[in-house]
Amino acid sequence: MKRLAVTSMAVLALLATSCTAGGESSEDAAPAPAAVKPAGAVTFWHFFVDREAAAIESVVKDFESKNPGVTVKVVAGQDDDKMRQAISAGKGPDVGLSYSTDIVGNFCQTGAWRNLAPYIGRDKVDLNALLPIVRSYTEYNGVRCAMPMLADTYGLYYNKKLLAEAGFTAPPKTLSELETMTQKITRRKADDIQVAGYVPLMDYYENTPAHLAPSWGARFLNDEGKSNISVDPAWKDMLSWQKQFIDALGYPALNKFNASKGEEFSAANDFHRDRVAMMIDGEYRLAFLQAQAPNVEFGTAPFPVPDDKQDRYGAGYVTGNIMGISRGAKNPEAAWALIKYLTLDTGALVKLANGLKNVPTTDAALKSPDLEVDANFQTFIDILQHPKSETSPSTPNGAVYQNTFQEWIGAWASGKVPDLTAGLQQIDKDINAALQLGTAP
Amino acid sequence: MTQTLTKRAAPAGRPAPARLARAKRRRHRLLVLGLMAPAIIGFTVFFIYPLFATVYFSFTRYDLITPPQFVGLRNYRFFFFEDPNSWQSVRNTLWFVVFMVPARVAFALLIAQMLTRIRRGGGLFRTVFYLPALTPPVAATIAFAFLFNPGTGVVNRFLAWLGVEGPLWLNDPQWSKPVLLALGVWGLGDILIIFLAALLDVPAEQYEAASIDGANAIQQFRYITLPTISPVLLFAGIIGVIQMLCYFTQAVVASSLASGQATVGGGQGMYLGYPDGSTLTYPLWMYQMGFKNFFLGYAAAMAVLLFVVAMAFTAFLLRRSEAFVHGAEGAR
Repeated sequence: MKRLAVTSMAVLALLATSCTAGGESSEDAAPAPAAVKPAGAVTFWHFFVDREAAAIESVVKDFESKNPGVTVKVVAGQDDDKMRQAISAGKGPDVGLSYSTDIVGNFCQTGAWRNLAPYIGRDKVDLNALLPIVRSYTEYNGVRCAMPMLADTYGLYYNKKLLAEAGFTAPPKTLSELETMTQKITRRKADDIQVAGYVPLMDYYENTPAHLAPSWGARFLNDEGKSNISVDPAWKDMLSWQKQFIDALGYPALNKFNASKGEEFSAANDFHRDRVAMMIDGEYRLAFLQAQAPNVEFGTAPFPVPDDKQDRYGAGYVTGNIMGISRGAKNPEAAWALIKYLTLDTGALVKLANGLKNVPTTDAALKSPDLEVDANFQTFIDILQHPKSETSPSTPNGAVYQNTFQEWIGAWASGKVPDLTAGLQQIDKDINAALQLGTAP
Repeated sequence: MTQTLTKRAAPAGRPAPARLARAKRRRHRLLVLGLMAPAIIGFTVFFIYPLFATVYFSFTRYDLITPPQFVGLRNYRFFFFEDPNSWQSVRNTLWFVVFMVPARVAFALLIAQMLTRIRRGGGLFRTVFYLPALTPPVAATIAFAFLFNPGTGVVNRFLAWLGVEGPLWLNDPQWSKPVLLALGVWGLGDILIIFLAALLDVPAEQYEAASIDGANAIQQFRYITLPTISPVLLFAGIIGVIQMLCYFTQAVVASSLASGQATVGGGQGMYLGYPDGSTLTYPLWMYQMGFKNFFLGYAAAMAVLLFVVAMAFTAFLLRRSEAFVHGAEGAR
């Protein structure tokens, strides 16, 4: 009996060590030496739902009609967690689409998404067609496992009516203007804020350190991939500005206002209800406003910059949707054909951009006469092309450094951090320890 | 002196009774094994194997995609000495264990006791108190988030009508856990129904005898009811502790809703534990580290520690139960 128990445990231990996804040794087949006509079925997972999913479906139909031998099975509403687990189990989709460039480091390093270089080289795809910043966030350590399908850029949305009521006709260009305008626009009832000019709390919708960083030129990681937050003076400048702005408006009042905000991706969003006059957000908000609050009179502009960094005005945060071929994809050739179509075909990109109100990522699509561009959308096109626009760096462990920092900022904003320098040094230590945990032994 | 026992040979053509008995026993064992096979296979595949795999992964750097690499105790060292959120998640989870379990048990016992006394409409009240337990946790948490919304929620409107300024509830680190506690107490139907059955099972003649002896209601509860239902209380305590150690769904929904990021996958990860980490429970942090930050090996180490703590808690409660569980000694 004892021997049986020992044997059983040994077998189970062996199973535990061998029956893991990583234990599989099968390599994906190399692409065909010459371009082949795609054929067969392709599974395509994406995260969009409702209106946005319909826009994707429409372009996929175009792809099918242009490639008669290919059928695409589109599965909407799939997030990165599901995709990763499916890939790990060998059941991943042929093509995956993610909203988060944070996964690129991990997917490229681990091979969850295949290296696209052999396909790109074989088909002589000119990656210079993509904007440099877009190229940067779709590869990691020289491995290109992703292609960009439209970009998200972040700028300032302002409510023209609320600004006009306070006597302003143009959006702020500097932080001091933003503060002055905010104080004048903000309406209170007793101590409560009824209408906010701007909410500087870092958990207010898209008001995050990453999205504000380009205005200061702040960098999360240094060239060695270590946390740069206590070393880069730009972060200290940003946080000091934020804190004095919060104190001027009153943290309790702001916190209470923030607690009552409407859900971000619904008609209850504060900006849709004239509850906030200025906020940072992505270009996708244009479509949400059109669909959910068509009567709001608004304009867009680059986010204001520090008074001593006016050369940065016009820059902003850039990220975007990315696509890749799963490890173990059953039909990689047709998958690559679909990715090429959705990320490089000008007609497809323009149609997607018009439908999703995201910014195209190729020069040709940006210059296309079919691209529907008004003044508000042009702001985001300009931000994408600004030389000082930035994205956040990829790591094999996603956005762990951003999350760690963001959690700490909540304490900083509420006044629980007495020493900013010491606090930032501790953040660096915490981030570096986490990044170290993800390195090979 | 040695004694040799020889078995008498069975007559040819007839199986020996001993062999027959052995064959019968073997058949019986095979039958038992066959009948138990589904349970044994299920237990092995869904419990034993994952348990061993988790322990193994806890000593590795693992990201779900590439082969695990052995890192010794690195994951455990990170948990105890370097992770800025691990102890906060432990504290939050302990808070729920310390407050939620007794609160649910106490309220469930109180309501069950009252339900046993109701002469008319007992069925209606049982249904009313049990129904919340049937509500899916996500739906219940969403409903509570709306009720306790600081700006538009019914609770603060009612408090304002009374002239009291309500707190920010789920958006306030001081109040977020108490709101979840209220949610837990509201949905106590699962243990209420068990308590009710146990209370109805207490022999009525014991109460009659106690009444004749002059015992008042409190004394009857203390010396008759409690000892009789003590095994059920122990069960509720153990289950409650294990549930609280695994407290996840309500915390993740509440923090996502309060942060205003409920529908965005990317934002959800960013705001787990909102506000100010006050709802960051141990399982939440384990999920965040495993599936958002890709530290599967570390998440496995956290799972092992959770398993050890849950086992230790259960063993401790079972050992201590001898002191207060009626008939526990006899059961051993």
